[in-house]
Amino acid sequence: MAAKRYCVADPEAALIDRLILEQVTQNSRVLDLGCGDGRLLCRLRDERNCSIQGIELDHSRVVEAIHKGVPVLQADLDEGLGEVPDASFDFAVLSQTLQQVLKPQDLLLQMLRVARKILVVVPNFGHWRVRLQILLQGRAPMTTALPYDWYNTPNLHFLSMLDFRDLVEETKLRIVREIPVIRGNPSPNAWAANLRADSALFVLEQA
Amino acid sequence: MASEFQSANGQPSDEGVGQVRTQFVDLFVSEPLVLESGEKFGPITVAYETYGELTPANDNAIFVCHALTGDAHVAGKHSADDKKFGWWDGLIGPGRALDTRKYFVICANVLGGCQGTTGPSDVNPATGRPYGMLFPFITVGDMVAVHLELARSFGIETLLAVIGGSLGGMQVLKWAARYPETLRSAICLAAAANLSAQGIAFNAVGRRAIYADPQFHNGDYYGTGGARKHGEEGPRYGLALARMLAHITYLSELSIERKFGRRLQHGDHLAYELQRETEFQIESYLHYQGKRFIERFDANSYLYLTRAMDYFDLAVHYGSLEAALGKTEARFLITSYNTDWLFPSTQSQEIVTSLLRARRHVTYLELESVFGHDSFLIEIEQLEQLVVPFLAETYRHALRTAAS
Repeated sequence: MAAKRYCVADPEAALIDRLILEQVTQNSRVLDLGCGDGRLLCRLRDERNCSIQGIELDHSRVVEAIHKGVPVLQADLDEGLGEVPDASFDFAVLSQTLQQVLKPQDLLLQMLRVARKILVVVPNFGHWRVRLQILLQGRAPMTTALPYDWYNTPNLHFLSMLDFRDLVEETKLRIVREIPVIRGNPSPNAWAANLRADSALFVLEQA
Repeated sequence: MASEFQSANGQPSDEGVGQVRTQFVDLFVSEPLVLESGEKFGPITVAYETYGELTPANDNAIFVCHALTGDAHVAGKHSADDKKFGWWDGLIGPGRALDTRKYFVICANVLGGCQGTTGPSDVNPATGRPYGMLFPFITVGDMVAVHLELARSFGIETLLAVIGGSLGGMQVLKWAARYPETLRSAICLAAAANLSAQGIAFNAVGRRAIYADPQFHNGDYYGTGGARKHGEEGPRYGLALARMLAHITYLSELSIERKFGRRLQHGDHLAYELQRETEFQIESYLHYQGKRFIERFDANSYLYLTRAMDYFDLAVHYGSLEAALGKTEARFLITSYNTDWLFPSTQSQEIVTSLLRARRHVTYLELESVFGHDSFLIEIEQLEQLVVPFLAETYRHALRTAAS
């Protein structure tokens, strides 16, 4: 069943890492929410001389992060960032996870509380092929990296770039930069991004 | 604390550190220790054990801080036919979490204790009789000062790690605050930056049980003999009662339920005898714990050490937790346990928040276990999974830093 369906292309991890790396200034303090094995944080530490901190729920990934010397808190993003003090980071990163948390707006507000700038990467379910699939096949969208069915997917929310911008406005945030990723290429200033982008990176700050 | 469960989970094998013996050294001989109270005290005899070899660079030492009623005998056996291993044997040895092929591990009995290090049951040179209540007031900071002095006596200026749970974890935190440049990492398990009001409350009842025992004699209960075994004189009932109460706080509702439930100790029927004190298995178990405890512990030490625990408050001492822990470059590994109600996770999280505020290197996990506060002594494999990479990476980082 899944094979026949169009899956929203998840950008390659390396590409997203590079995109995020480019947005983070040298020597800054960075919090990565859902840091996995700490791969991105390692690069930020080694290539940007950043002071790093990860948060990850999955136990085996936390252990992998420890193996890399990455400081990590085991915590569930759905329970907020209670242990993280106000304004303690320059950047908070949330890569391809916002659509998986119970309350995306609450998490954005928490990120704003703890960091000056927020980097968010979200999938764009406004892609024309998703639209076409719903129109012609009457099927809900999936993504390549997470080819789950609707009843077992970690993706709780389906949003487009336009939807995300609405949330940003309502949350009293400001978009500093917006980089759509089209067929694996970062394409700032692309035309009709909401129709063409598989995902997008947003840099946000307090409005 | 209780190590009765140790065999329940991963029987320590004979392949550990093998046969070891507790050693003794006199410290603060020429220059007494200035206690946190301001009083001067010395010389101090310290009972300790070591495992593994110190590198020529003295850079692979790990100090283990024991909890309230622990001792220096953390791993191995004292004799070939010894039935009991050290209290954290599963964690220490060749190929174990504190790998003795790689690290030099030290553990010492705390100042004020009764397992070889100078404490209230030792003879006061001024009177020729045991100190009793004349022993000076001691703090967690004083315990750490003695530990560090012991490490220095080996030529160690910087510990690769200081590790401990409960009161041992408090020592770890105090070490990082008081001697920030002497450790590369701090592993703090099931601990807190201060003892909660609930914890003080339990300690207060335990102490009251000792004070109220007619054999307490204001701490001067040692009799006249020379060498003396614990438990032969003094407030035996009070101390046993204190232990029974404290022991409950180290367990969890779930672990007691699983291990004992409402099962009866003798037969299947209730006896309908009011004074039968060991009718339920849990009663019998607590009585046994109390009885065993008085054989190895001194009541005055219990008073002194629980008081040191009550007084411990890093934030108050240093202005804030952030100020206390912000001076060290050490990496922190902090764990709490979901069923620990004596040192609940919120207290570990408070430490984590302060470390984040101070921009320190901190790893924190709330681990799952049914064993309550005692989890850190029992869940060896769970701990090993974290400690092995944490130490290895700390060591790699230290060597890299030293090379550059």
